[in-house]
Amino acid sequence: MPDPTRPLLHASGISKFFPGAVALDEVELTLLPGEVHALLGENGAGKSTLIKCLTGAYRRDGGTITLDGAEIDPVSTNESQALGIGTVYQEVNLLPNLTVAENLFLGRQITRGGLLRRRAMIRAAREVLLDYGLDIDPAEPLTSYSVAVQQVVAIARAVEMSGKVLILDEPTASLDREEVQLVFSVIRKLRERGLAVVFITHFLDQVFEISDRATVLRNGRVVGERDLSQVTPNDIVTLMLGRQLEERVHERKGGRAGEVLVEVEALGKRGMIEPFDLTIHQGEVVGLAGLLGSGRTETANLLFGAVQGDQGRLRKRGREIRITRPRDAITQRFALCPEDRKTDGIVGDLSVRDNIILALQARQGWTRPLPRAKVNEIAEHYVRALDIRLASLDMPIRLLSGGNQQKALLARWLATQPELLILDEPTRGIDVGAHAEIIALIERLREEGMALLVASSELEELVAYSTRVVVLRDRRQVGELTGDQITPSNIVAAIAAEEPKEATA
Amino acid sequence: MSATTSSVFKRILPQLIILAVVLALNVIVFPGFLNIEVHNGRIFGNLIDVLNRGAPVALLCIGMTLVIATRGIDLSVGAVMAIAGATAASLVSDGHHWTTSLLGALLVGSLCGLWNGFLVAVLRIQPIVATLVLMVAGRGIAQLITEGTILTFIDPGLIRLGAGTIIGIPTPILIWIALGAGAILAVRRTALGMLIEAIGINEASSRLAGINSRVLLICVYAMTGLCAALAGVIVAADIKGADANNAGLWLELDAILAVVIGGNSLLGGRFSILASLLGALIIQSVNSLILLSGMPPEFNLIIKSVLILCILVIQSPKVGHLIYMLRASSLHVPPPETPSRRVLTPKEDAQ
Amino acid sequence: MKLKSTLLASAVTLLPVAGLAADMTVGFSQIGSESGWRAAETTVTRQEAESRGIDLKFADAQQKQENQIKALRSFIAQGVDAILLAPVVATGWDQVLEEAADAEIPVVLLDRTVDADESLYLTAVTSDLVHEGNVAGQWLVDEVAGEECRVVELQGTTGSSPAIDRKTGFEQALDGHDNLEIVRSQTGDFTRSQGKVVMESFLKAEGGENICALYAHNDDMAVGAIQAIKEAGLAPGEDILIVAIDAVPDAHLAIAQGEMNATIELTPNMAGPALDALEAYLADGTTPPKWIQTESKLYTAADDNQAVYEMKKDLGY
Repeated sequence: MPDPTRPLLHASGISKFFPGAVALDEVELTLLPGEVHALLGENGAGKSTLIKCLTGAYRRDGGTITLDGAEIDPVSTNESQALGIGTVYQEVNLLPNLTVAENLFLGRQITRGGLLRRRAMIRAAREVLLDYGLDIDPAEPLTSYSVAVQQVVAIARAVEMSGKVLILDEPTASLDREEVQLVFSVIRKLRERGLAVVFITHFLDQVFEISDRATVLRNGRVVGERDLSQVTPNDIVTLMLGRQLEERVHERKGGRAGEVLVEVEALGKRGMIEPFDLTIHQGEVVGLAGLLGSGRTETANLLFGAVQGDQGRLRKRGREIRITRPRDAITQRFALCPEDRKTDGIVGDLSVRDNIILALQARQGWTRPLPRAKVNEIAEHYVRALDIRLASLDMPIRLLSGGNQQKALLARWLATQPELLILDEPTRGIDVGAHAEIIALIERLREEGMALLVASSELEELVAYSTRVVVLRDRRQVGELTGDQITPSNIVAAIAAEEPKEATA
Repeated sequence: MSATTSSVFKRILPQLIILAVVLALNVIVFPGFLNIEVHNGRIFGNLIDVLNRGAPVALLCIGMTLVIATRGIDLSVGAVMAIAGATAASLVSDGHHWTTSLLGALLVGSLCGLWNGFLVAVLRIQPIVATLVLMVAGRGIAQLITEGTILTFIDPGLIRLGAGTIIGIPTPILIWIALGAGAILAVRRTALGMLIEAIGINEASSRLAGINSRVLLICVYAMTGLCAALAGVIVAADIKGADANNAGLWLELDAILAVVIGGNSLLGGRFSILASLLGALIIQSVNSLILLSGMPPEFNLIIKSVLILCILVIQSPKVGHLIYMLRASSLHVPPPETPSRRVLTPKEDAQ
Repeated sequence: MKLKSTLLASAVTLLPVAGLAADMTVGFSQIGSESGWRAAETTVTRQEAESRGIDLKFADAQQKQENQIKALRSFIAQGVDAILLAPVVATGWDQVLEEAADAEIPVVLLDRTVDADESLYLTAVTSDLVHEGNVAGQWLVDEVAGEECRVVELQGTTGSSPAIDRKTGFEQALDGHDNLEIVRSQTGDFTRSQGKVVMESFLKAEGGENICALYAHNDDMAVGAIQAIKEAGLAPGEDILIVAIDAVPDAHLAIAQGEMNATIELTPNMAGPALDALEAYLADGTTPPKWIQTESKLYTAADDNQAVYEMKKDLGY
């Protein structure tokens, strides 16, 4: 066991400049052996940049890194890996069509005389994974296992290859509660083995559950290093935001829902979601609750035509409509902010301006371009209204932080003046400040009379804005909560209930 | 408006500099390079030759730029040139008016493009494979039309498209400049350019934003077929004959190269037709340099590849970063993030 | 059709030797139809076979050696009396030629030779590419008759044997005639459009009035160059002498119209001499020489080019 007070990794004075911006300003990070160290900050605070400088993915413009007392200067992620710094990203960086064993040993395959020793590799993989609490068949393709298992395989691979420092960049973002526990148990084992684990996440409760210390970044600077047993979540949030997040009071909004906007009748798609009925009124927020894979996203996609159903009928204001593709939905003034912002939402290399007007322009058709002045007016309006923080409307949207990207996507759809706004995980992966703003926006839109359908895995959040919550389990609607019934514990009860418990409206 | 003008200028500055350098090399090799005279009412000079001989690749790269912007590629343009040339020659020698022949050739070219678009947008075949079909089959089709011979014609109307002049300027120059300007206006004055870029960058997002990517893709391939057909007619008219074996041979590669030299990413997304056209002129200037140098033809390919390599190296993201750093160190400007617009390395940086 | 010829072929093998010349079956493996000359060669070969009452089995290899080897094996299997082979490449023929030799089927090579033992084929009928260049050069030497003359040369595809040999032969003819100087030489890839483009650059670089003659390695490039010369305001055939090789119909037409001065024929009739040799060999075992050189006939304005044009234009050039 190494000396627990001697830093395993010490980075000091790390600086990194981007055009027109200082991404990191003399950042200091100390990792002790056998600790889980949370790296915290709002999106854009510099967490990712710091990690990239440590792993050699970026060249830092200043500062020194020492590992085990020796100064290191990795110029590539391969080099840092060889030195002992392993990284696991939110999106599992493995090859899905290879087997678990092949993934685990890729690049350092067990061979004899130049030939792969498949059996030996599978055996070795099984042993390695048992250490991580996974009893699975390593000969199966990686994709046959859940994201959590894949995540653990990625961790195992990183640790086996590096073994001193493990950096976990939002490893739990797409995991449900039990899966998170699986990953955490692995992290705890690694802590006992004396590794230094860097843990990056947006979930504060997870930070307090697993981490020993935390370094908080804001605007590229370290604003504090804290022993987590000595502070409260509120202290950390205050550090991150630089201001006190106002306590939200869940004021129950009365059933002031307006007339019926959309009626869904037995809409479904085999193998994806069982036929369901759903009525959405103007001026209400219908929340979709359920575990990952329960059919939340599928419901949203089906309604928007992103996926075509194989049965069911749709009525809008009493008139039958047909939606077979997103264009149809947009014509009906539906809008969808998809779950996966990067792959289904933003058009990364296009400017923020173009991204905001994209849906409106697509609806108008390419022959009728929006006049430049009008485009600027719309874009500037929403940048102001939603407080999107950017250097210029011309910058590619991929350079914005997650929260600002999400706001720009909201702007894209608000610009089409939708009657039904469908939001799928509107606050996933965004910082605390933007989180609160988006929740406030949902309430404001509802008050203005818009109908919203919001799918989310955050119960607190659903409770905060929903006027009605539809609960899904195993691709089926299993309950509906209204008014005072909407509490986290009731939703959990509905999700967990053996028998579908019909709650009355 | 002036803001956009300056941003356009900034975008094409590298291509302008490279073009100027290659033209300067031409002047060094052949001091009379810039001379322009008028012979029998026809403007005459090496610069004019560059503009004139660059016409086929310039026309091809207009369509190719759009296709590549959608993350596609069209390998069939050379073969479509042969088909279109053969069609025009065949129609005109059957006694049709030259305008009918031209329209017929353009129609056939557009149909070829529609076919490619159908394979790519509807059947979802990868563009490189989908267009390979016509690349291979197209030349055979052209040979069927010409029955394996060089199909010659003497119709002055058709010949004027390739070898004639209008107010002293060779017709091909006017044609590619007009089509280029038209295409630039069409994509930038309407929303077409933005929607094409959106498809190329992220088709899933674009579809969810309501863009009709299927129709747009088909249109883009059809447009490319049309450009190729026009290039094919010009090439045939230039030699007063449709040479199914050789017309447009390997020109698809020159067209792709022009797009790349124009700084457009083969990964799709943001594009500049103007920069691609400059790329076409750069390639033609390199060709001119080789011809004027008087070097033995054994050196042609070596000279060309070395020059192209230099151009691509100068444009590469790493070198671009280095130049930025050098400038930054003297100006104290922070360096850019590694540029995302990659020219030849279709590989994202480690995330 | 196939069945009939197979029957015919097997019937032939049963017949006594004396009857062979009358009902001869010959397999012809052609490279493909990559050029007009190739198409004309196919046409003429068919004509020659027909006029001799020979049953010609034609196989188009579409520029692929493997197709040619397949065709040869099928000819051997069918038991043809002889095989004509226009080989697409020079190497890789030994095995299949041995198979033909084992089956005692004589093979005659047309217009190209192969890198194989001479015993494996009866004879090769080809033109002499160097000689063609030589005839062109000799014509030019005679035509300018000692006057100063600056010559530009349009080469064939760089590295191809016609380009190398036609250049060599031309230079040999010019050797010792200091009044003739090749001032520019560049490839026009054997195509009309490149011929035009390169000629344009010659005219610019040298100045049209400073060029006295053009030598093109094939007629197509010459025809392209003629257009470039006309567009530069000069008279091809008068201001600039033009000599090329191949004698395709368009070249005869150009000579007839006074826009070109001479062309050397690469005859598409390779099959005529080949079949003559075969018939003699099969009749009484007369062994032909290993190489039969075709005539490289020079056509100038003195010939009736219009008539030759009319005759050739339907051969498939």
